[in-house]
Amino acid sequence: MNGETGPQTEPERYELDSPPAYHFEPDRRDFFRIVGGGIAVFLVLRGESAYPQARESTSGFFEPLPKNVGAWLHIGADDQITVYTGKAEMGQNIRTSLTQAVAEELRAPVGSIRLVMADTELTPFDMGTFGSRTTPQMGTQLRKVASVARDVLTRLAAQRWNTDASVLVAENGRINYPNTGRTLTYGELARGETLAKAVVEEDPLTPASNWTVLGKSVPKIYGPEFVTGRHKYTPDLSLPGMLFGKVLRAPSFGATLTSLDASEAKKLPDVVVVHDGDFVGVAAPSEPEAVRVLALLKAQWKTVPQISDSELFAYFKSHTEEREGWDGGLNHESGSVESGLSLAERQLHQTYTVAYIAHAPLEPRAALARWKDGNVTVWTGTQRPFGVQGELAQAFHLPLQRIRVIVPDTGGAFGGKHTSREAVEAARLARAANRPVKLVWTREEEFTWAYFRPAGLIEVSSGVSKDGKLTAWAFENYNSGPSGILTPYDVSNRRIRFHPCKSPLLQGSYRCLAATANHFARESHMDDLARLTRLDPLEFRRRNLKNERLLAVLDAATKAFGWEKTEKRPGHGFGLGCGTEKGGYVATCAEVAADRTNGRVKVMRVVVAFDCGAIVDPDGLRNQVYGAQMMGLGGALFEAIKFADGRILNGAFTAYRVPRFSDMPEIQVVLVDRKNLPSAGAGESPIMGIAPAVRNAILDATGVHLYSMPLVPNGLKA
Amino acid sequence: MTSVTELEVNGERRKIDADPQTSLLTVLRDQLGLTGTKFGCGEAECGACTVLLNGQPQRSCIMPVSLAAGKQITTIESFEKDGHLHPLQQAFLDEQALQCGYCTSGMIVTASALLRHHPDPTDEEIIRYMEGNICRCGTHHRIIAAIHRASRLIAS
Repeated sequence: MNGETGPQTEPERYELDSPPAYHFEPDRRDFFRIVGGGIAVFLVLRGESAYPQARESTSGFFEPLPKNVGAWLHIGADDQITVYTGKAEMGQNIRTSLTQAVAEELRAPVGSIRLVMADTELTPFDMGTFGSRTTPQMGTQLRKVASVARDVLTRLAAQRWNTDASVLVAENGRINYPNTGRTLTYGELARGETLAKAVVEEDPLTPASNWTVLGKSVPKIYGPEFVTGRHKYTPDLSLPGMLFGKVLRAPSFGATLTSLDASEAKKLPDVVVVHDGDFVGVAAPSEPEAVRVLALLKAQWKTVPQISDSELFAYFKSHTEEREGWDGGLNHESGSVESGLSLAERQLHQTYTVAYIAHAPLEPRAALARWKDGNVTVWTGTQRPFGVQGELAQAFHLPLQRIRVIVPDTGGAFGGKHTSREAVEAARLARAANRPVKLVWTREEEFTWAYFRPAGLIEVSSGVSKDGKLTAWAFENYNSGPSGILTPYDVSNRRIRFHPCKSPLLQGSYRCLAATANHFARESHMDDLARLTRLDPLEFRRRNLKNERLLAVLDAATKAFGWEKTEKRPGHGFGLGCGTEKGGYVATCAEVAADRTNGRVKVMRVVVAFDCGAIVDPDGLRNQVYGAQMMGLGGALFEAIKFADGRILNGAFTAYRVPRFSDMPEIQVVLVDRKNLPSAGAGESPIMGIAPAVRNAILDATGVHLYSMPLVPNGLKA
Repeated sequence: MTSVTELEVNGERRKIDADPQTSLLTVLRDQLGLTGTKFGCGEAECGACTVLLNGQPQRSCIMPVSLAAGKQITTIESFEKDGHLHPLQQAFLDEQALQCGYCTSGMIVTASALLRHHPDPTDEEIIRYMEGNICRCGTHHRIIAAIHRASRLIAS
C-alpha cells in the first residue's frame, strides 16, 4: 500500500483499519534453523529504511536480516523452492500465476516451486488480497526475488568453477556451464549454505516478449486436490477434542440483549455456554448438539427502529456524513457545469439506484480456533490474515505475537471476507471451552451478519452539443462509493462528487467496489444521450473518447460482436458498456431477448474485450473474465437484499437468486495482450461493463429505460 | 428413537452413531471424515453437498441419515480409483472448470449421474440437469465443456 488515495487508484475501503505495526524480523540463525539451511532471498519494501545496520559481508550477503519484507524465497538442498507470500488463494488462481512468475525469473520448473501463503507466522505482513494488487505488486515483487535468487545461484556456481558468472546459464532448475558440460542443480548449490540476500537494486526483469512460462497457461496448482475433494477448506478441518460452535444472533440489527437464561443449556454435559457482553455462544461435541443447545437459551432483546429498503434512497440523501480517509468524500470539479449546460443543445437529468447485494461465496464464513499456553491459532478463509490477527488482538487484548492466523485456500470471497467476525467468535468459544472450537456460519448467517455491497443513489446531469459532444457532466454519488467515479469521456465542464452516507446495513468491499454502480449510471446515461442526439451508441462514445486503450477494447469488443454488421432479430436488442478501473480496460457488448408480453428477459450473448497489460496466465485470465460476467449478471438482473425493521427478508438461496446454468449467455472473451505494458490485476474490472451493456440492450430491444440495479428482479414490467 | 449405527459408504460398511434426524451430510463429514462433500447452504439449493444414493443424486444436507441407511452411498472420495482420476475429474482439470473449487465435488457427483442417464448429453440436457448446482465463480461454461469432454473420455 503506497498511500495513493486518488479515486483512480482507490484501494478498498470501509473495513480497513490501519495495518498492525508488525514487521518480519527474524534472527538469521533462527531463520535457517527453521528452514534448514540453503539460500534465502528477501524482498525489502520500497520506501522503508531497509536495514539500517546491515552491512554487506565479504561474501556479498547481508548479515542481519532485513525488516519490512514483502515476500521471500528459499532454496533448500533438496531442490525444494519455497516462496512465502501473505496473499491468499480464494479461487482467483494466484497460487498458479505467482508460481509462474517465480518460475519465469528463477528459470525453474513450475512443479519445483511451492508457495506458502497467508499464514501470519510464516509469511511476511501483507495488507490483504484485494484491489487487484496481487499481479501488479506481489507478482512483480516475486519476480524480483526470483531474479536475484538466480543471480545468487549463478555467482555461487561461478565461484565453484572459478569462472565468470556471465558464461553460465540458468535453466530448468540448474546452472549450466555450457563449454564444459558441468551442471549443478539449485539444490546442490544451496547445500551447506546459509546465505541470506536482500533485493535492493532494481534488477532488470525478463521483458514480457521473452517470457517462456509467464504468458502461457499452466494447469491449476493443486488441481487434483480440488477435484478429488481432498483439499481441506476451513469448514473441513478438525482437531482432536474439537467442539462445534454456534452463536446466538440478535433478532434484528441494532438489538441489544436484556436478559439471558442459560440454565437449561448449562445442565448438559460437555457443553460450553459463553455470555460476554452482547456475545452469546455455545459449543458442544457435535454440530446437531450445538444447534439443540442454542435452542435452549432463553434470551430477551431490546430492538431499535431500523430503516427499511423502501425508504433507503431518501434516507441516503438526508443522511450524508463527513468522513475522512479512504471512504471519505470526493469533490472533483473543473470548468463550469452551469455554463456547459447553457451551451448544450440537449440536456439530460436522471437518477440511478443500485441495491445492496450479497457476495454469497459458496464456502460460508468459518473458523477453527485453538488456544495453547495463552497463544491462539485460528484457521479461517479470510482475504486479510494480518487484519484478522489485528481483530483478534483487539478482541482479546493480546500482543500480535500470540496470535497466528492461517488461511487455507478458500471457497470464494469476492471482497466479502475482509473481516472475520467468525474468527473472534470461534476463538472466544475455544478459550472458554479450553478445547479447539470450529464454527461454520449457516447460509442465513452468511446472508445476514457478513457485510454487503453498498447500495447507492447516483444523480447525473449532462449537456450535449448538436454534433454529439459532451458540454457538461455533473455526477453525484450517494453512498455507493468513489471507485470508478471519474468519467473517461472528454468533457471539460465537470463536477463529480461522492457523498458518504450513513448506511442502515453493514457494507463493505465487493468485487470492483463502486465502479460497477458508477459505470452503470454513466454508461446508461451515455446511451440515453446517444438517443437524444440520434447517434449510434458506439459512434457517440467514440466522439467523446480520447483514451486509446479504451477505444481499442471498444473496437475489439464491437468488432467481435458484430455491432455494426449483425442484423437484430425481433425482440432482441444490442447494448454496450465500457470503462477503465484498477489498470484494466473493458468493453462489453450484450445481446438481450426481451418479451414485453410476459416480461421475460434473457441475456443471449456477451462479448467482452479486456486489456490488463501483459497477460501472465491467459487461461486463468479467461476464467476470471468469464466468471466476472456470470457474477455481474446477477447484480445486473435480479440480485437485491431485501430488508425491513432490521431484518434481512431474503437471506437464503431460495429467496436470493444468484445466476445459475440457465442464466448463462454465450460469452466470448477477447483478450488484448499488451506485452510492452506492466500487468494489472484482472479479477475485478471485467465485471463493470455487463450491467450497463444489458441495460442498454433492453432499451434497444424494447424502448424501456431502466434506471435501477437490479434491472428486472421481477421481469420487465409491461 | 433408536440411533442409526451403520451406513454403506463407497462400498464399505461403516459404523456410526447418529440420531435418525441428523443430516447425512453431518454424519459423512463429522463422523466418517468424508469432507469432500461440502456444506454450502443447508437448504438443498446449491448442490455442494450432493452424493449418490443408489446411484441417484441427493442433497445430503437435508436428508435424514435414517433414510440413507441400507442404501448405497457414493461420495466424491470414491471417484478416483487406484490413483486414476475419474474421467469427470480429469475433464474438470483439463478444462480448468474450477476456480475456488468449493462447488466442484457436487458438480462432479451430479454430472456422473447425468452421464449415466445421458451418456452423450446436449448442452440443454446439461443445463437442465445441473441447474440446481450453484457455482459463484462463474465457471459454468467450462463445467459444460468438461462434461462433454468426460462423455467423450468415457465413450473411448
